[in-house]
Amino acid sequence: MTMNADARAIIETEHLTKAYQGRKVVDDLTFQVMEREIFGFLGPNGAGKTTTILMLLGLARPTSGRATVCGYDPTRESVKVKRVVGYLPEHLGFYDDMTGRANLRYVASLNGIPKAEAEERIERALELVGLKEDGDRRVSTYSRGMRQRLGLAEVLVKTPKAVLLDEPTLGLDPDGANRMIETIASLARDHGITVLFSSHDLDQVQKICDRVGIMIEGRMVAVGPMDQLAREKLGVGTGQYTLEELYMKYFQEGRK
Amino acid sequence: MRGLMIVFRKELGDHFSSFRFVIMFALIAMVSIVLVYMAAMGLKEALEGSRRPSFVFLMLFTTSGGFFSMTQFVGFFGPLIGLLLGFDAINRERATGTLSKLVSQPIYRDTVINGKFLASVVTIAIMFTAIMLIVSGLGLVVLGIVPGVEEILRMAVYLFLSIMYVSFWLALAILCSVIFRSVATSALAALAAWIFFSFFVSLGADVMANAVAPVDKSSATPEALMKHMKVRNVIELSSPISLYSNATSAIIDPTRQTTKSLVMMGRLEKLSMERFRGPLPLGQSLLVVFPYLTILVALTLASFGITYWTFMLQEIRAM
Repeated sequence: MTMNADARAIIETEHLTKAYQGRKVVDDLTFQVMEREIFGFLGPNGAGKTTTILMLLGLARPTSGRATVCGYDPTRESVKVKRVVGYLPEHLGFYDDMTGRANLRYVASLNGIPKAEAEERIERALELVGLKEDGDRRVSTYSRGMRQRLGLAEVLVKTPKAVLLDEPTLGLDPDGANRMIETIASLARDHGITVLFSSHDLDQVQKICDRVGIMIEGRMVAVGPMDQLAREKLGVGTGQYTLEELYMKYFQEGRK
Repeated sequence: MRGLMIVFRKELGDHFSSFRFVIMFALIAMVSIVLVYMAAMGLKEALEGSRRPSFVFLMLFTTSGGFFSMTQFVGFFGPLIGLLLGFDAINRERATGTLSKLVSQPIYRDTVINGKFLASVVTIAIMFTAIMLIVSGLGLVVLGIVPGVEEILRMAVYLFLSIMYVSFWLALAILCSVIFRSVATSALAALAAWIFFSFFVSLGADVMANAVAPVDKSSATPEALMKHMKVRNVIELSSPISLYSNATSAIIDPTRQTTKSLVMMGRLEKLSMERFRGPLPLGQSLLVVFPYLTILVALTLASFGITYWTFMLQEIRAM
């Protein structure tokens, strides 16, 4: 899972900035996510991760700077971006009185997927996240973990080129979080999907991410492969550090 | 367009399968049937032995069956239907998190609000048409009179106006659901607007008219009375309820030649008026109410316009 030199950037930002009433929530962000890689997006609460993701989807308008996602400008071609990029929000919602399958069908139809093909894709997505048996139950009977997995299935129904996952393991028990992380890893490995996900669970991130970006108070303080960052910052090599140590180092410096 | 149809179909399905709709429909159908049945029985009695005047069928809707007439009922309680269909349209989806899911699908953002509004308007239209047909059928059986072509046309115009009127309240309720995060607050705000326009505007109109053009009960000149009425009417027109009753009055009641009435008329007065005054043709009736009709339609479009605009301007972050 190492980066190829010739890999194409699928998400690109240049000096991306978002200010609310003069306060910069995202400040001069420039980074790239390459095709088929898993990019971990780290940072404390309120660091601007969600705002960045919203700007990548065209759901928030940048104050200045620009972004390119799959070759489109999210601000002007939001619909095109949303056709090829899946988004799993932090607080994901479903129509609770509908079954899991019916929820997926609605999303599939909003994506303009023909009926027969939608059914196929829904089956595949449910199988991948392990909800095949529970698809015909109402979502109101689902557990937190099942809802999270249904959310992932919903993102996969549109067979995206890239997925943006905002805290996909939030509120899951360790076993649920592990299954989620494994599924996410398989997306990039087996399905060629680029993954950008934000998380607080540094162990999980370290397990599957190719590269990480650390964001503190709106600024990206470090981007790169974890080993390289560790070498520069901590002076140690592979296997001699935990992401937590690395993160705390940046966190303490970033706060100064 | 494709996205709009999909949101529309889902919302329409939601409406028709919801308990809220079933209860509302049952309630309104029940009241309408009782009102029209009582009006029909009264009419039948009054018509006994006398020559049958023209446009008797329309009187089913305008004469009181006990407490109020069918048109009064729609004018007064119609807004509640609009409010009930719309007060949680946006904020419920915001609370459950489905709104951010919807806007992250490849559809334009206005599709969500357009689809919801359209589905609710169609729900209202189906509901009103159904009730109008049920009630007409009942009148047909009880009165034994078949409505003429012109009566049917008038009923169609009346139906259109009623749907427009209720859609205005629907748009207002959706506006509340866009502005207020909490479903309860939104419902209360919508109800407050309804109470304000239905009770306080007419009260306020009286107060204002008394202040601007006071009339002395014992020695009032016709000029002073007219002035008083004018002030009252102008203020009352700021309320969609009086706009609606003005717009429908001459349509559903062909013997009326203006939208103004100084005296309330009972069934017997109406029947005897018929002897002296010829009814207006439909075209003329339409001309009389045209200003009101236009304002009502404009008001409905404007209130949806404001709702649309507010929704589009809202920070998605908040979703």
